[in-house]
Amino acid sequence: MTHYDIHSIRADFPILKTKVNGYPLVYLDNGATTQKPQSVINAITDYYTQINSNVHRGVHHLSQLATDAYEVTRRKLSEFINAAQDYEVILTNGTTHSINLVAHCYGKQFVKEGDEIIISAMEHHSNIVPWQMLCEEQGAKLRVVPINDEGELDMGAYHAMLNERVKLVSITYVSNTLGTLNPIKEITKLAHDHGIPVLVDGAQAIQHLHVDVQALDVDFFAFSGHKMYGPTGVGVLYGKEKWLDQMPPYQGGGDMIKEVRFEKTIYNELPFKFEAGTPNIEAGICLGAAVDYIKTIGLSQIALYETELLKYATKALSEIDQIRFIGTAKEKSSVISFLVNGAHPYDVGVILDKLGIAVRTGHHCTQPLMERFGIPGTVRASIAMYNTKEEIDLLVSAVKRAASMLL
Amino acid sequence: MVDMTIKEIQDELIEDFSFFEDWMAKYEYIIQLGKELPLIDESHKVDDLLIKGCQSRVWLHAQYVDDKVFFTADSDAIITKGLVSLMIKVLSGQRAEDIVSADLYFIDEIGLKEHLSPTRANGLVAMVKQMKLYALALNAKR
Repeated sequence: MTHYDIHSIRADFPILKTKVNGYPLVYLDNGATTQKPQSVINAITDYYTQINSNVHRGVHHLSQLATDAYEVTRRKLSEFINAAQDYEVILTNGTTHSINLVAHCYGKQFVKEGDEIIISAMEHHSNIVPWQMLCEEQGAKLRVVPINDEGELDMGAYHAMLNERVKLVSITYVSNTLGTLNPIKEITKLAHDHGIPVLVDGAQAIQHLHVDVQALDVDFFAFSGHKMYGPTGVGVLYGKEKWLDQMPPYQGGGDMIKEVRFEKTIYNELPFKFEAGTPNIEAGICLGAAVDYIKTIGLSQIALYETELLKYATKALSEIDQIRFIGTAKEKSSVISFLVNGAHPYDVGVILDKLGIAVRTGHHCTQPLMERFGIPGTVRASIAMYNTKEEIDLLVSAVKRAASMLL
Repeated sequence: MVDMTIKEIQDELIEDFSFFEDWMAKYEYIIQLGKELPLIDESHKVDDLLIKGCQSRVWLHAQYVDDKVFFTADSDAIITKGLVSLMIKVLSGQRAEDIVSADLYFIDEIGLKEHLSPTRANGLVAMVKQMKLYALALNAKR
């Protein structure tokens, strides 16, 4: 491993110099959203000062520049996840949008009464509710793969659930609450053995580990730009061409049509069939800058560094009396959820905030999971490429201080 | 605090808090209040009396005694409970019309404004609203 220059990386993120309540900001809410490097911030300004224009429409100079830049991002994203074709990369406004698109378009086409959809007990609400809505509409059934006390999927139960009624498996790569890293390759292989396609919620994976959609052989892969150091309001739905081709469009409008007549409209080709209306052009283009940034640092370097930091944090926090970790899977990535005996996560979060430490508290949009563990919520520290051991030490001492005040 | 007005109680709390030198002392006091708040009668800790914040939950009960509204409350989070306790100090035992029209400026003055932000997911804003609604309803019923 070459030298991972944490100081120079931190210097790339201007917001990290912020003081909160007189303390240096310790930003450990990266699972919610990551901070942006200067190159992404500059790209936003550059876009508006140099090429702002609508895409895929005008013949004029600026429109061509904006369209090219937007399509360059698609290319970069396609390379980043190793899609077979650039047009398999649909630009959406985020993971939630991507999942809803599949629930709506794939669902309408392929899910009928009596069919089943499989999700897991550790899904984010975004990967639960769209399927519930679909099941209700189509008279299908939602099946939930259980997890063990460590927060790992019960693969035996999953295997047993696969049958000819199942029309889709939709599972998260990394749990936003537990940090569990799920065996997506195995999950996909098992589903494919039964001819069932798989959607992966990659919102908490894309910024931490190398994703190769062809190697994983997943049918759909969804993620958000803002969790991978890019702007909010843009995300991706990767889908295999064979599925995307068979799915009807999501929304109707501009860009998604080839020809409109009152008698009949001919839809556009991929990817535009799923991209109705003016997209978030600025965010789309600047997500390209975020991909460039990640590639400059190197995803494998980032993964090594973060794994080390996660180990360090887990060990350091475990030395606190009365701490209880929620999510102790063998394979984990970037997230530590915990409770300090008897203290409500909200209270801990308030004290940590007073000490300049940003964590997330609450149910993390995974209420069924909280119910599974019988808790109101957790305190969640989620790390990114710019966090340091020193910051983890500050977190540990702040949690100790909160515990001494609250208990 | 018998017969003190809502304004007088608020001013007294503002003075109390002015002695705290930093946020730690302030929060330690709030946490203490939270621990001391007489618990709501268990029979009142039901869903009907639950105010749902996103993260912490508050139970609030109101009753009318001798022309005045008395509140009891509880929360599953201790800091929220301490803040609830402050609200009860200010509003409980007051006349319904005074509660309805009360301007709760003390929260801002003692530097806890962030907890009353409508986007703060602790149920406190909803609680104040609910206290006023109870007062309004009890007043109307009378």
